[in-house]
Amino acid sequence: MSDLFTQSAIIAVIAGGIRLAVPLLVASLGETYGQRSGVLNLGVDGIMLLGAFGGYYTVLKTGSPWLGLLVGIGIGIIMGLVSALMAVTLKAEQGISGIGVFLFGLGFSDLLFQKWVGTPRPITKFPKLDIPGLSDIPWLGEMFFQHSVVIYLAFAAIPFSMWVINKTTFGMNIRAVGENPEAADSLGVSVSRVRWATVTIGGTLAGVAGAILAIDLGIFQQNITNAQGFIAIALVYFGAWRPLGIMLGSLLYGLVNALVLQMKVLEIIPNDWSDIAAMTPAVITILALVVVASRFSPPSALTKPFTRGA
Amino acid sequence: MTSLDEVQKRRLLAYSVPILAVLSALVIGAIMLIALGADPIKGFSKLFSGAFGSTSALTETALKATPLLFVGVGITIAFRANVINIGGEGQMVAGGLLSTIVALNAPDLGPFILIPLVLLAGLVGGAIWGAIPGALKAYYGVNEILSTIMLNVVAVQLMNYLLRGPLIDPLEVEKGTRIPQTERLLESADLPRLFGSGRFHIGPLVAILAAVVAYILLWRTPIGYRIRAVGQNTSASRYAGIPVKRTIVLALTMSGALCGLAGAVLVFGSESHRMVTDGSTAGFTGSAGFNGIVAALFGGLHPLWTIPASFLFGGLLVGGLALQRAVQVPSALILALNGLVVIFVVSSDRFRKRLLERPPVVIEDDDNAQPTAVASSADPPGPAGGADPGGGET
Amino acid sequence: MRSKFTWLAVFAAFALIAAACGGDDEVDVSDFRVAIVAPSASNDLAFTQSIVDAVDALGISPSVTDGTFVVDDAAAAIRGYAAEGYDLVLAHGSQYGGSLEEIAPEFPEVSFAWGTSAETFGLDNVYSYEAASDEGGYVMGVMAAGLSASGNIGVVGPVETGDAKLYVDGFIAGAASAGANATATYIGSFSDVALASETAAAFASAGADVLTGTAQMVVGAVGVANDEGILWFGTQANQTELAPDIVVASQVYHWEVILEDIIKSVQDGKLGGEIYKITLENEGLVIEYNDAYDLPDAVKEAGEAAIAGIIDGSISTG
Repeated sequence: MSDLFTQSAIIAVIAGGIRLAVPLLVASLGETYGQRSGVLNLGVDGIMLLGAFGGYYTVLKTGSPWLGLLVGIGIGIIMGLVSALMAVTLKAEQGISGIGVFLFGLGFSDLLFQKWVGTPRPITKFPKLDIPGLSDIPWLGEMFFQHSVVIYLAFAAIPFSMWVINKTTFGMNIRAVGENPEAADSLGVSVSRVRWATVTIGGTLAGVAGAILAIDLGIFQQNITNAQGFIAIALVYFGAWRPLGIMLGSLLYGLVNALVLQMKVLEIIPNDWSDIAAMTPAVITILALVVVASRFSPPSALTKPFTRGA
Repeated sequence: MTSLDEVQKRRLLAYSVPILAVLSALVIGAIMLIALGADPIKGFSKLFSGAFGSTSALTETALKATPLLFVGVGITIAFRANVINIGGEGQMVAGGLLSTIVALNAPDLGPFILIPLVLLAGLVGGAIWGAIPGALKAYYGVNEILSTIMLNVVAVQLMNYLLRGPLIDPLEVEKGTRIPQTERLLESADLPRLFGSGRFHIGPLVAILAAVVAYILLWRTPIGYRIRAVGQNTSASRYAGIPVKRTIVLALTMSGALCGLAGAVLVFGSESHRMVTDGSTAGFTGSAGFNGIVAALFGGLHPLWTIPASFLFGGLLVGGLALQRAVQVPSALILALNGLVVIFVVSSDRFRKRLLERPPVVIEDDDNAQPTAVASSADPPGPAGGADPGGGET
Repeated sequence: MRSKFTWLAVFAAFALIAAACGGDDEVDVSDFRVAIVAPSASNDLAFTQSIVDAVDALGISPSVTDGTFVVDDAAAAIRGYAAEGYDLVLAHGSQYGGSLEEIAPEFPEVSFAWGTSAETFGLDNVYSYEAASDEGGYVMGVMAAGLSASGNIGVVGPVETGDAKLYVDGFIAGAASAGANATATYIGSFSDVALASETAAAFASAGADVLTGTAQMVVGAVGVANDEGILWFGTQANQTELAPDIVVASQVYHWEVILEDIIKSVQDGKLGGEIYKITLENEGLVIEYNDAYDLPDAVKEAGEAAIAGIIDGSISTG
């Protein structure tokens, strides 16, 4: 047990936890925009998979992780628009339209992978950036300031989103549309336009999350997300639809995972308990939410399509 | 042209909408098949014949549809209380596990006692796994989407632990291979086969029975009334004295119970007569926990309509496997195709509902010769955004 | 109500027409038809890929249903291929056994082969096959010990079952025999690439300088090994291409060695009842070295000695 409290172990857990948290964080943040405006998108995992494959394939062919990220953004935008079409204009039942997107994304990404790539080959990852000065701090430097560039960008999206949601007109519209679409509509806010925007943002970020996942892992495999998209959706609830909460939730989940892994590697957790240990992040997330006793309620209009005059 | 003809035409159009949606998805599927160099005609004829074209095909379809039906009916009950149950996967696992544990520890009491016993155990296992998120939601405000997703993860890991540990087949330990499976369970607990030596067992019939019971429950009992009331309007229900929290817990518990029953049927109706997985997330359930949600919504959240919906969706799944074998495309294509079908059918639902709305009745006022429109009545919105029962609700 | 029955009726009519028209298979007697049912993807660089590659190597183009990790779906596929008169159906998944036991008797003219397993249920149309992956594991464990400066070696495993467990146990035994300590961590999943990746990172931070692992999620772990300059030993498929700088060797499964025998037997009329094993001795298991990696002679000799010892029985891997 004492092995766990060595410098290298602690640093490894924190750095690893941050890495595991990032795709969750980005996807969850995207879903937050949509849910805050009243739309539930269960297709996040499917969009992540498509973005992951698109990003991977682009880097495989061009060698540039940044182009891969760009393709991930593009795929995310397209799938976001499709999701918006289904949920907002066609008013499809939000519980399952997303599942259709998930099944499609899972299957289509795997299909293209088998046909266009065949045997998986590694790709260039994002460059690491040691933040000058900060990265030399003992302990903290390795934990926080020696990551790949996208990780910093992902975390920067949190305060940015806080600003957008709380301080801009767009953000105000999002919140209004999510709480009381009828009132917002009567004030001249186009409910459908706001929701189109938020759902597209959600899809875009899901695509980005997938691309980050694949490129940072440097490889692709079928079902590479392993249902992380659903965890990301769950974390939206955990974070009470607020970017800061999302960040904390993703970090909690990532850190618990990393901690359990480290304990397995150091043999503190014997192999017989391996499966039980794998439940830990899920259990802790539930317990954390119970303890925190969420005083936050969901956006009142969540999952309800809006029709003027209905 | 009387207004009655108009209504007939619209109704006919409405019912063709889901068929057109499925066909549209299949058209895209055909394009993908052609792009992969496969013959779409051969493929799709195999899809249909593999699903419906022979007794064995129909049997496979019915068997595939069974867990979908159980889960779908369970989801429907929860949805009616405005609770989204994405935990079907975990509840199936919990039900499967408890029924297996009972079978492994019970003496051979003969099929008449053992079978109801293990099915009951499945019910209880799933009920517990549904009661947990129910209680968490009602008493701690923990959102059910979060808790059910997390509990799915917990259930799968628990299953892996038990099937590789305490419940493992002693033969596996002997051979050292340690496949996560139990020993062959008591023969008396095998679900009885019908129609001779075929594969059809009583599972589908139990599922249909469950759907009927659910229908009666929801529309003919006070409990069902409370569930629907809470789903329509929580505050009004509270004012009316309905114990909202307990009803929510009850709805999720019942939903879980049905999913648990699905898990038990999977175990005791299975070919291998044991509980087996491969360690992966959907290794035991085959994603029936998610596909059941699709079936529920295809059935318009009405237990009786979920029966044909599950059967048809099951047919699509079985037929898809046959298509894959026949034209040798990667299984991934079938998965994508399933997704497309769901997307198209769900997206077209709005048109179907629009067509089912009774158009405004026009009364001609002789004096003024000006038509006065009487309010059109759209079907009242159901829980979770406008899912309507699709006919026959009293 | 009437409406939905209309829907059902249209569907049923369509189905009956289609079933009547389509679906007749030509029976091809000149070729030997092989079907494979496997749990993961054909390009997983691991379990499933090994069997598909093997059948291809024999010049046969198999019909494949991959990705069937759900036992019931696999059972349906096995049954489907059997019903269509395939000569040999490879049920390439340890968890398919229970179902195969029920299916095989219904198709006495079809030969089934179940892998990985050593059980034929006493049926005369079921073969079984397995890999002595512990042998190659042992050999590479010995070499890993020779290459490790810190004596600290990590193994990234999926779920402690079947073929994975065999390999891991063999590897650890081999490393131990050469004086190094290899520890295994099972991540609890066959497909979680990110988790495998982080496990490798955790091993790296704990001071491991050689890593190995099994199953398709290790592609992530190999990537991390590459980044950290840690050496890698692969299994089930040749993993050199994943990281040409640090992959030392891979234990490659050449199932074709025993498949050839099985196919000959089937063509001679014997449809089952034997257990096959690929081993270092029959060259069903081959340690394929990465030529680009400069392996010190001493280490290679230790490895070769281990191979010889296992083949002549003087070394036990268990």
